[in-house]
Amino acid sequence: MSGEILLQARGITKRYRGLLANNNIDLDLRRGEIHALIGPNGAGKSTLIAQLSGELEPSAGQVLFRGREVTALPVHRRARLGISRSFQMTSVFEEMTVMDNLALAVQAHHGHSFRFWRAAHRCQALNREAETLARRFGLEERLHQPASALAHGEQRQLEVALALAGDPPVLLLDEPMAGIGPGGTHELTRLLGGLRERHAVLLVEHDMQAVFALADRITVLVYGEVIASGSVEAIRANPEVRRAYLGDDSLQEAAC
Amino acid sequence: MWLLVEQLLNGLQLGFMLFLLSAGLTLVFGVMNLINLAHGSFYMVGAYVAATLSGAGMGYGVALLGALAAAGLCGLLVELIVLRHLYRRDHLDQVLATFGLILFFNEGVRMIWGRQPLFMQTPAWLGGSVELLPGVPYPLYRLAIIGIGLLVALGLYLLIARTRLGMRIRAGASDRQMIAALGVNIRWLYTLVFALGALMAGFAGVIAAPVFAVESGMGESILILTFVVIVIGGIGSVRGALLGALLVGLVDSLGRAYLPRLLGLLSDSEAANALAASLSSMSIYLLMALVLAIRPRGLFPA
Amino acid sequence: MLRGPSALRLRVLLGGGLLLLLVWPWISALFGGDYLVSVMTRVLIFAIAAISLDLIVGYGALVSFGHAAFLGLGAYVAAISAFHASEGLPLAFGFSGSESLLVNLPLAMAVAALVACVTGLICLRTQGIHFIMITLAFAQMLYYLFVSLDAYGGEDGLVLPARNSLPLLDTADDRQFYFLCLGLLLLYLYLAHRLVNSRFGRVLRGSRANETRMRALGYNTYGYRLAAYVIAATGAPLAGVLLASKTEFVDPGLFSWQLSGELLVMVILGGMGSLYGAVIGAAAFLLLEQWLAAWTEHWMFFLGPFLVLVVVRARHGLWGVLTGNGQ
Repeated sequence: MSGEILLQARGITKRYRGLLANNNIDLDLRRGEIHALIGPNGAGKSTLIAQLSGELEPSAGQVLFRGREVTALPVHRRARLGISRSFQMTSVFEEMTVMDNLALAVQAHHGHSFRFWRAAHRCQALNREAETLARRFGLEERLHQPASALAHGEQRQLEVALALAGDPPVLLLDEPMAGIGPGGTHELTRLLGGLRERHAVLLVEHDMQAVFALADRITVLVYGEVIASGSVEAIRANPEVRRAYLGDDSLQEAAC
Repeated sequence: MWLLVEQLLNGLQLGFMLFLLSAGLTLVFGVMNLINLAHGSFYMVGAYVAATLSGAGMGYGVALLGALAAAGLCGLLVELIVLRHLYRRDHLDQVLATFGLILFFNEGVRMIWGRQPLFMQTPAWLGGSVELLPGVPYPLYRLAIIGIGLLVALGLYLLIARTRLGMRIRAGASDRQMIAALGVNIRWLYTLVFALGALMAGFAGVIAAPVFAVESGMGESILILTFVVIVIGGIGSVRGALLGALLVGLVDSLGRAYLPRLLGLLSDSEAANALAASLSSMSIYLLMALVLAIRPRGLFPA
Repeated sequence: MLRGPSALRLRVLLGGGLLLLLVWPWISALFGGDYLVSVMTRVLIFAIAAISLDLIVGYGALVSFGHAAFLGLGAYVAAISAFHASEGLPLAFGFSGSESLLVNLPLAMAVAALVACVTGLICLRTQGIHFIMITLAFAQMLYYLFVSLDAYGGEDGLVLPARNSLPLLDTADDRQFYFLCLGLLLLYLYLAHRLVNSRFGRVLRGSRANETRMRALGYNTYGYRLAAYVIAATGAPLAGVLLASKTEFVDPGLFSWQLSGELLVMVILGGMGSLYGAVIGAAAFLLLEQWLAAWTEHWMFFLGPFLVLVVVRARHGLWGVLTGNGQ
């Protein structure tokens, strides 16, 4: 719990015209922990992720990576520093094979790609890393199929696998379980649990069972504001959280 | 001084003519997400039919109505036969197919009317000129174009802002699924908007016929200006089309009149003259590049 | 990616096509004339331009409606350089022009690359239809620039003193010139093939498919697109220089939006994103044009609806039909 702080949000505020999507949010991510971000739909979770990853510019506040301010850096620069994200809506390269998807993700971390001559698919360094990723996510049987031919659950695994290419220190996972049936959730939960060792993970998720199984810390966002943050036990016990969001049922359910 | 007034009026006149063309084009793009390179063909058809009817001794009113009917009909047929298959295709397919339509229309016009350009007389009651300032005559017909342009702009504004049809058009431009869900017959709406655009293009053709030579390919030289207009204005926005059209009209007229003098002040060499000539033809493209460099989606992105 | 055609079918197609091109001069001699050699030379030249356009349209989803401008630039560089050399007028920077392809080809490509760098910086800020239109606008600017260059013929164009020359080869001989064009086409096709299969090509395809994801993965898509745009812009002048040499004449029509449109037609007609498709498309378009023109003065009246039909019916172009990937 006392790992090095890798990513820090300070006073992040995002306004859309009249709407306050994020209000003065403080958050930190440490190496070796899974930090879950929960809250009802429309609480501003995806907006926060977009500002941490660099797709959106905050109206106010700062983002720090290893103590260095990165608020003004565009997405691709942050990704190269090691802040990687996955998407709530599956965002893979549908026409490419699983192998090409993964190799393309790996390639992003192997220097620049202004290489015009050698055939990319012959590059063993890229291929090996891509295959390792595929094995980790149980996709090795599917390597040569186009991503569009995968089942939904497999596409979600590919989605997370892409974010994991290049072993980034910070992972921002936006609802990795979205739309997966109960069987698939189990497998993905196991995979995500393994990420704790090497990465700092911010996990946005609606599946409370998965959240309580995985999280070391939980931050609760309601109407763009942090209403509570702390250990799993503290959040479970927090009356405000119960009132505002969880409702007793879900806590009971997850406790079983 | 009088040169400035005259050039301003010329600019407005070109601007309103461009507005007639670009309003339809920008609506078609905004509502149906379709790039129609063949929009200039309706303009050409309008001009040819008007010139022919008026050359055959018919009155201006008959020529106008005939031309509008022909342009509207062409628009209707093109939409029904070709373009409705292309709404869901990407822009590249649309560019290619409507490029094919241009070849078809240009050559069709040559087959019917031959290669010689036609000319159309200004109607007698709009002939002559008026003195705007003492000693500054200006052709009445050109003033009339400005007036008509203003009227059409106003009419279009009322149609879009105040009528039920206009409401549906606006809804269609912002959210296609929604208006389909509301039970508006979207096919019918598309056809109507397209025909309306063709009608306005044909109208521009009638107006242009006495000013420019009526010839095959006339649609494209003005179509490119029209595209510049809607890109500057922001694609899909009628307000943007009006502003863009006036801007392009004014920049083009003033650029042609003043750039050579301005450069002449700096240097009198032949190179400066050549540069001035090319700069004044390029001025609107420079304007467009400038606008897009600063606002990549135009002035009023829809 | 589309499912690839069977290896055998592909080999037969490519081998057959290459063989046909190699013996074409003798075939046309059988039919009594060098006319067919000239027609096919034109096809080879435009195939180079179409391939270069396919690199950005087919692989990068950058629909340039101003690609002819780079072809025109190449043609004018060859013409102006040769004009100065033959008149003995100094051109610029102590350079007094040349009639050699060895000088004019690299020069033309460098000029095009420079122009593409500057215009690309602006064009690539926009997307979709705006990109189509702004590339058109830049091409129009160049068109008007060359219309106003009275020293080089203005609107009337400029006649070359002779074809640009090469050591060891008589470019004035139609047959030798044909093989020169064929050689350059094959070379360019090979280079383009390497490019699209390289790491760079993979990044280009990725950016076409899903730009948001590419950026999230750490790719600066703007930079890669700019590079692709400049690379494509150096292919077209190759065609331009050859075309100027072939016809020994250049005029501002080479910058026209109609020619840009025709290049797009070739790429789409043949099938985007396959390189070979661009070659087939150039051949089909130009041969169809020749054939229709021989048959009727009003050939465009029939070509137009044919294009519409191709768009509506055949999604993957002629190459798709030939390889069995069409609809």
